[in-house]
Amino acid sequence: MKRMVGTVRTLAAVAGLVLAGPALAAEGEAPHIEKQQWSFAGPFGTYDPAQLQRGFKIYREVCSGCHSMRLVAFRNLAQPGGPGFTEDEAKAIAAEYTVVDGPNDDGEMYERPGILADHFPSPFPNEQAARAANGGAYPPDFSLLAKARAAHRGFPNFVIDAFTQYQEQGPDYIYSLLTGYEEEAPEGVEVPPGQYYNHSFLAGKTLAMAPPLFEELVEYTDGTPMTVDQYARDVAAFMMWAAEPHLEERKKIGFRVMAFLIIFGSLLYFTKQKIWRKVDH
Amino acid sequence: MAGHSNYVPQSAAAKWLEARLPVISLMRGSFVDFPTPKNLNYWWTFGGILFFVLVAQILTGVVLAMHYTASTAAGFDSVEHIMRNVNFGWLLRYLHANGASMFFIAVYIHMFRGMYYGSYKAPREISWILGVIIFLIMMATAFMGYVLPWGQMSFWGATVITNLFSAIPLVGEEIRTFLWGGFSVDNPTLKRFFSLHYLLPFMIFGVALLHVWAFHTTGNNNPTGVQPKSKQDTVPFHPYYTVKDLFAIIVFMILFAWFAFYVPNYMGHPDNYIEANPLVTPAHIVPEWYFLPFYAILRAIPDKLGGVVAMFGSIAVLFVLPWLDTSKVRSGTFRPLFKQFFWIFGAVCVGLGYLGAQPAEGIYVILARILTAYYFAHFLIILPLLGFLEKPKPLPASISEAVLAKSGGGQPAGAVAAPDTK
Repeated sequence: MKRMVGTVRTLAAVAGLVLAGPALAAEGEAPHIEKQQWSFAGPFGTYDPAQLQRGFKIYREVCSGCHSMRLVAFRNLAQPGGPGFTEDEAKAIAAEYTVVDGPNDDGEMYERPGILADHFPSPFPNEQAARAANGGAYPPDFSLLAKARAAHRGFPNFVIDAFTQYQEQGPDYIYSLLTGYEEEAPEGVEVPPGQYYNHSFLAGKTLAMAPPLFEELVEYTDGTPMTVDQYARDVAAFMMWAAEPHLEERKKIGFRVMAFLIIFGSLLYFTKQKIWRKVDH
Repeated sequence: MAGHSNYVPQSAAAKWLEARLPVISLMRGSFVDFPTPKNLNYWWTFGGILFFVLVAQILTGVVLAMHYTASTAAGFDSVEHIMRNVNFGWLLRYLHANGASMFFIAVYIHMFRGMYYGSYKAPREISWILGVIIFLIMMATAFMGYVLPWGQMSFWGATVITNLFSAIPLVGEEIRTFLWGGFSVDNPTLKRFFSLHYLLPFMIFGVALLHVWAFHTTGNNNPTGVQPKSKQDTVPFHPYYTVKDLFAIIVFMILFAWFAFYVPNYMGHPDNYIEANPLVTPAHIVPEWYFLPFYAILRAIPDKLGGVVAMFGSIAVLFVLPWLDTSKVRSGTFRPLFKQFFWIFGAVCVGLGYLGAQPAEGIYVILARILTAYYFAHFLIILPLLGFLEKPKPLPASISEAVLAKSGGGQPAGAVAAPDTK
């Protein structure tokens, strides 16, 4: 998806010569991302709080070792339309984190337990530290990832999507990626050291993230199966919430707006008919 | 405009005001008593729809500007602050972002309506030219607005478009540096874009008033293209067109709400949820959908300056459209050949839009060149020739006659018999 090239490339694009770079050459063989069932899809979609709590648990125990989530605050965990933690639970979660604050009156930075107003602390102090710890790769921030990734839909799918209200490309992709690792790369695909083959990866054939999920890696206490498939779904749903925390409110207000517009529009139509009745037009 | 008003002030206050500033009769002459052809179809409601979208964009934009921070360090995060923390900030931003797309949907329909019914022809050339000016300002406003969230597409789109100006011979590099306020797209660029993005909509508003003034002076065109001959041909703007336009606006709002509430990111690009990074170029740099036809024309020419000239030329040609179309008949309804070429032209524009979204390689480049050539041929060859080659169908003597002929066919008898009372 991203490639380090100089501005030369941009100038070439300007001249109408978007060069057939490696990313473009791979266009024809882009992975197909299957649509999944999500509770938050469709006009009446809502997040499943239990699923978001499970997804949060995976984030906390697995992903947050490398991935930051800097735009989400602890108070968001207790916000309506989210994972449904109570304020006290959210406070307790925040307190389990250590946050750097300061400077204090002596000019020193100091550590303290997190509070609701704090954002999730990042695992690395800066991008360079993150790259140094991850073999040169930069684990992207989680806050918006579910809206920042999408497979190319192509014609006529993109037209159909507008009518079917398909907006879940992000979580679909995250699920596919997390379940798309294969031990054996197919013939002809070279897997460099420190890279892993994944048939769903959009920006190449291999990526630097090792398969992060395994069966029974995270303990579920509500009887939900502790499989990679279920983990992938739960964390993808959680990431969608992190990226779009007001989705439920949006769809709820949307329905009221639609209902009002349709009723008001109908009344206006009949008013218009009555006014125009005596005019040939 | 005021000349159409039969308003006589009644109250002492109204008499006092009218004697000093005849604003009441001006408004009444323009939007109440204004004689409007009675046969306008729903394609004519897009002017009112555009006015609504412009006002909606200004209102949501003014509030968004209260929360937005124009800086490369804080711009991206301030948009997310609006999305997450500001009360109904997500609603304002989604309305504003989708509102831009709605604006272009409506303006393209409005322009194609003008082209089909020959609304640009004498005596409405100035209305048309003012409309093209509005379209140009709209494009600049939308482009600069897309830069403000400071995502990857914001940054790289801004880089590509500002680089176009460096193609200008001799002074191109200097112009680009001047636009950037430095030597790359950076903080000064973002800040001036924000300033101009706030300014230009008010210029659109001003030019839109001139646009209305011009066609209220000449009178509206109508689907027959025949000028109103008598009072029988027109109805007062209010209540006939106020109610019809309002109904159309509500229907349009349903479309708007569909996108803003249910698929708010459909028109956007996922890469714009990644913060701008000058070191990482996206695999495909694509503009917003409404620029795609022009982007396809830009890339179709295998020469930088040539591409830029063709792209600006594709809009410049609209300015002289009133003089390129040699036919004396306005409405496409009575032009059998033009009608076919009109739809081919529409398909070509959609095709260019599709090609603008594809990588510029292989068959896509060849197709883009063919369609670009056709785009210009439509204006520069087909329209001038059609006026001489085409035999138009006979025009109705008046709007009323055309309406009677039409309603005689399919309308209920009562409607035909009812006299024009107002």
